[in-house]
Amino acid sequence: MSDEIKKDVQQAEAETAEKKEPQYSLNDDRRVKVLSPGAMVAKRFFRNRIAMVGLVILIFMFVFSFIGGILSPYSQDQRFYRVDSLSKEYCSAIENTEFRYAVADGQEFTSIIQAQMVLATQKGVNEFSFKGVNYVMEPVGEDFYIVKLANGTEIGLAFKNVFSESDPSFKASYTFLREALSADAAGETSFTVDGKTYDLDENGIVTQGNTEIGYISRYVVQPLMSDVFLTRDFKEQLLEALETGDKDFYFTDPDGVESDYVIEYNAASHKYTVKQSRESQVYDTYAAPSKEHWLGTDRNGMDMLTRLMYGGRVSLIIGFIVELIANLLGVILGGISGYFGGWVDNLIMRIVDIFYCIPSTPILIILGAAMDAQMVDPTVRMMYLMLILGFLSWPSVARMIRGQILSLREQEFMTATEATGIRVSRRIFRHLVPNVIPLLIVSASMGIGGTIITEATLSFLGLGVKFPFASWGNIINDVNNTHVLTNYWFIWIPAGVLLLGTVLAFNLVGDGLRDAFDPRMKR
Amino acid sequence: MKKYILKRVLLSILILFFVTLIIYTLIRCLPTSYIENIARQKSMQPGSKSYEEWMEQLSAMYNLDTGILTGFFRWWGQMLRGNFGDSWVYTIPVTEEFNKTIWLSFVMGLITMFFEIIIAVPLGIIAATKQYSKTDYTISVIALAGISLPTFFFASLLKLVFSVKLGWFDLFGLVGRNYEQLDSFHQFLDKANHLVLPCVTLIVISIGGLMRYTRTNMLEVLNSDYIRTARAKGLSERKVIYHHAFRNTLIPLVTIIGGSLPGLFSGALITETLYAIPGIGYASYKAMVGGDIPFSMFYLTFLAILTLLGNLISDILYAVVDPRVRIS
Repeated sequence: MSDEIKKDVQQAEAETAEKKEPQYSLNDDRRVKVLSPGAMVAKRFFRNRIAMVGLVILIFMFVFSFIGGILSPYSQDQRFYRVDSLSKEYCSAIENTEFRYAVADGQEFTSIIQAQMVLATQKGVNEFSFKGVNYVMEPVGEDFYIVKLANGTEIGLAFKNVFSESDPSFKASYTFLREALSADAAGETSFTVDGKTYDLDENGIVTQGNTEIGYISRYVVQPLMSDVFLTRDFKEQLLEALETGDKDFYFTDPDGVESDYVIEYNAASHKYTVKQSRESQVYDTYAAPSKEHWLGTDRNGMDMLTRLMYGGRVSLIIGFIVELIANLLGVILGGISGYFGGWVDNLIMRIVDIFYCIPSTPILIILGAAMDAQMVDPTVRMMYLMLILGFLSWPSVARMIRGQILSLREQEFMTATEATGIRVSRRIFRHLVPNVIPLLIVSASMGIGGTIITEATLSFLGLGVKFPFASWGNIINDVNNTHVLTNYWFIWIPAGVLLLGTVLAFNLVGDGLRDAFDPRMKR
Repeated sequence: MKKYILKRVLLSILILFFVTLIIYTLIRCLPTSYIENIARQKSMQPGSKSYEEWMEQLSAMYNLDTGILTGFFRWWGQMLRGNFGDSWVYTIPVTEEFNKTIWLSFVMGLITMFFEIIIAVPLGIIAATKQYSKTDYTISVIALAGISLPTFFFASLLKLVFSVKLGWFDLFGLVGRNYEQLDSFHQFLDKANHLVLPCVTLIVISIGGLMRYTRTNMLEVLNSDYIRTARAKGLSERKVIYHHAFRNTLIPLVTIIGGSLPGLFSGALITETLYAIPGIGYASYKAMVGGDIPFSMFYLTFLAILTLLGNLISDILYAVVDPRVRIS
């Protein structure tokens, strides 16, 4: 044999050795790739594209709700504020266009005489007579007259510049008015009444020592906001603005807060309204989506995205716990009923029939309303909700399990367990129950979807999960407000989409699992 | 057959008895302070009865002063005479309010059921005959989406699109603002217009269940031996499906639809509330939230009777339609 041939043979042998698989005889089990029943189910399930979509949505929802809540920089009941400029009616100023009168002590200055006086001023004369009595008006300043009888007795004052007291306890006497108005008309800076000296500044503010008594002005200034005290400085500035005709001015109040004041004139009522625009902190409600709040904020100024995450937690946990309770009760009672049959079966099935007829939604609404009235703590309330929901939904599980067990009981393998003398508990839990579990998983995964809808509906009606807890249902609850429905999509659409997505995903997965568990349904 | 029906009816009455017992016990277990509070609030209203009178009336109706069992039997006695007491919220006898609202709910239910059947059944059959095709997947996913849709969310979406954006329908209520000025024909149109959105909501929500049910049953029939025989003897596919398969699918369909007939009267609690349609559902929602015990009790009992009646009808129909299951 030549070397070349040897080489070729060696090469060929090496190649075949590489390709070579362990050789088994034809009827060797190892030739066939054997999958356990579980792996078969998994394989069938993972091949189902629609179910996979459901699974992906579910995984997303779990990550979103349980991990998202941790990653979110905000907590579920953290409130946000924004600075808003609030414009409130602060005070009003009325320009006095009519004469006002003061009557000297012990004199007659009736309204008829007053009217005669006004007629005289309109005629431009300084004297008038009424019922044979002559009166003289002594002009002191612009639109300010001292009215006297012909014999020189002072009977009263007529004026348009009004004195308004700042201190309600101070009552301006006739003499005080006379002196103050005269001083104002003459442009003096001080006057004396009853031995007391008062100061008068160029804006007409009257002070005694350091305390403000009142002010003389053509304008009467009154606060419109409750618990507002108009300071002297403020009035000075306002009166100045009114004199010069400015439309707005800035004023810093004694606390150091600067505000913008806008003066509006109402021609019909001759009234100036001063509006105060002040920057104040308010809850940042219904804020549009932004960088800080990806889905905006809700009616309480809480971050919507974070609320959705925590709401998802509540919805999913409630779904699981309720389903757990329902399935536990259902499996136990359905199992007993199916396995033992006879009067036990009859009894349990009649109980199931009874529970089947109890209308659950109305009962939940009644209990919710009662708990509302009793102001049950939100946490306790959530527990009750889970218990009641679980307790109302076990009959369908029990009925299904019983049916399944009834049919399984008649099968050969159960006869075999009986024949081999396996004890009852082992027969039930080792041989019967595992055969029920596929059905249970399918019904549970669809049941969770249904429970989530029920919970969301109750919360939507305001009778389920309560503030401060978030739940997808009570987040959408805000849509009852038509204004929210039309203007703030980000309040309710995301929660609705999440809810729909989750329930749909549970149903898709349940459907896929059923197909995977029960290949007979496939043709 | 007669014996079977009689047996079922007697059993239903027995079940009803226990259901009402549970409901009665539940209402009795409500905190007394809750009931007293409501009675107090009622007595505050102008022209209302006094607090004592309310409580007295309530005690008389529900025998609150006696034990639960005695009280229950007396309540049953009154119920059999058709006496359900006066509603607290509506201040008229419960049965009167029921008469006022039930027919609207019935009409809504009828419309919904009609559309549900004519949409869901054909779609379900198409899905089954074309199993694993794109059509089947689409129909199945749509059916599941319908089942998964929360009523309130769907209703809000419809309102946003059709009421707010397009302005075709009103947001709430059964009649429009100028209802009184319309002639009777336009009044009818006005009401019909207001019922469109609620009915669409109900149809979309309920369609999925029936569709899936039809599909499953059709599939089962299609997999049975007699269909194979029909195919084997060379019948056209049309004849196989519509002559042999569909008729057999009708058995479960007729049963379930017959069983849901009493449900036409139960009203759509959530949907009616969402659209403020004055049917039995909305009326009872208001009553339940307002703590109106007489009306709530009546509604709960009524619903239980309807459910029992539905089960009874579907059981009997099953026996009537399918000779194989007829129980001797």
